[in-house]
Amino acid sequence: MTAAIEINAVHKQYGATQALRGVSFSIARGEFFGLLGPNGAGKSTLINILAGLTRATSGTARVAGHDVVGEFASTRRALGVVPQELVFDPFFSVREVLRIQAGYFGLGAENDPWIDELIDALMLTDKAGANMRSLSGGMKRRVLVAQALVHKPEVVVLDEPTAGVDVELRKSLWAFIQRLHRDGHTIVLTTHYLEEAEQLCDRIAILNHGQLAALDSKPALLARGLGKVLAITTAAPLAVVPEALRAKVKSRKGNTIEFELDIARDSIGDILEALRAAGAVITDLHTQEPDLEDIFLQITHGEK
Amino acid sequence: MNTRGLYTLFYKELLRFYKVALQTLLAPVLTALLYLLVFAQVLEQRAEAFPGVSYSAFLVPGLVMMSMIQNAFANSSSSLIQSKVTGNLIFVLLAPLSAFEFLLAFVLAAMVRALLVGLGVCLVALVFVPVPLHNAGYVLLFAVLASAALGALGVIAGIWADKFDQLAGFQNFIILPLSFLSGVFYSIHSLPGFWLTLSHLNPFFYMIDGFRYGFFGAADVSPALSLAVVALFLAAIGALALALVARGYKIRN
Repeated sequence: MTAAIEINAVHKQYGATQALRGVSFSIARGEFFGLLGPNGAGKSTLINILAGLTRATSGTARVAGHDVVGEFASTRRALGVVPQELVFDPFFSVREVLRIQAGYFGLGAENDPWIDELIDALMLTDKAGANMRSLSGGMKRRVLVAQALVHKPEVVVLDEPTAGVDVELRKSLWAFIQRLHRDGHTIVLTTHYLEEAEQLCDRIAILNHGQLAALDSKPALLARGLGKVLAITTAAPLAVVPEALRAKVKSRKGNTIEFELDIARDSIGDILEALRAAGAVITDLHTQEPDLEDIFLQITHGEK
Repeated sequence: MNTRGLYTLFYKELLRFYKVALQTLLAPVLTALLYLLVFAQVLEQRAEAFPGVSYSAFLVPGLVMMSMIQNAFANSSSSLIQSKVTGNLIFVLLAPLSAFEFLLAFVLAAMVRALLVGLGVCLVALVFVPVPLHNAGYVLLFAVLASAALGALGVIAGIWADKFDQLAGFQNFIILPLSFLSGVFYSIHSLPGFWLTLSHLNPFFYMIDGFRYGFFGAADVSPALSLAVVALFLAAIGALALALVARGYKIRN
């Protein structure tokens, strides 16, 4: 089976700026894929290349097996893009906008039931006849999602879809996107809300300075690098931290000392043993699992 | 060929100007009528441009064509610049429309607006001034070719301009002078040598002259020459517009 998205050695140069420097990866059909990276990392450029809004300087990109340049029509039929900017056509109502968008894809009245379903699912029923100008930002965002889905694309790309959206709408949008994923759509998501990516995505790519800095399944990505944090509280402040543990100390505050563990090498038992041997009376301990934000900051060196 | 996609974009462009018809259809008709009333009043006593043709009658086809030229250009150029500035051009760019389908939809919509305005100016002018009709085929042919050429030129300007100011510059410094200096208000034979020669380099002159021939059976140059120049102009502008859209110049980074 062909991949939903294949990106092969894609470079993009804007004047002296190299936005993408040889990015290659593929996304399998039916995946929920996260594309993360700091501002200016090249995420939107990559999405724009897939959508045919920007042309790669070199390299190839395919959507559902179709080349984005040579087979642009097939590519665009297979792809639905929710753009980052809150753009709209001020001349038309919500339903008109959706009918027009469907028409661009060669769909007529036979597609109206699906438009009704989208309007209903995205809670736009009350506003279906309203002019786009009169809608709130959140409503406009929902229309953008509906526009991207109007031709039932196999692959749905959402570029920062929840930026500036209130919590309630964000939750309802995610429920809707998860439903699409369950229905078999491949979902590609870029977001600044890392907990969102952590919660939703099966696999995550991190772009940094136009290069692929990481690409792994979520559990594998979380298991990388710094590992978990072990916080130990002792009855009295430790006079001296045992020599073997000094390199692992993350912070000390009063009776509590935090160690950063390397998941592959360190064992909690050994650390407790070493502390007891140094005369410490342990009164409490807890561990903290690494989250995507830690991994992200580690990989991108703190850029966000 | 994505026929329905092409039709949808064309239809969307029609709706766009229809929803603001006061500005896009009625205002140009009123402007042309004011020109007719003022110029005809002031210049009626001048010598006839063609034997047996009053100045007012001579003026009517020129005003009709000038209105069509300006409105065909305004339609495609303003639609594109608005879509670019507001960012909603992305919805068309994401659609499976070829460069040809994209261009054709914008040009056809510009032609419809131009022909509606032209018809409106014609009908209103005929209330005040009787104008003969020598050959309806020529009238229609020049109306269609000229509005198509200006629709395509509007696409070029709309793609090229990054802001409204630049588009206004294109309109005020190129389209307006060329349409005023094309023999709308006078026969170019009344011009001194230098300006006469210059007028022959203006493609708008041939649009107006050929169109006028359709009404009076008389013109400053042969209608065949006018037809050839206008057709070539359309082919050149159309080819340039198609090349720009296909390359994604300023619309697909």
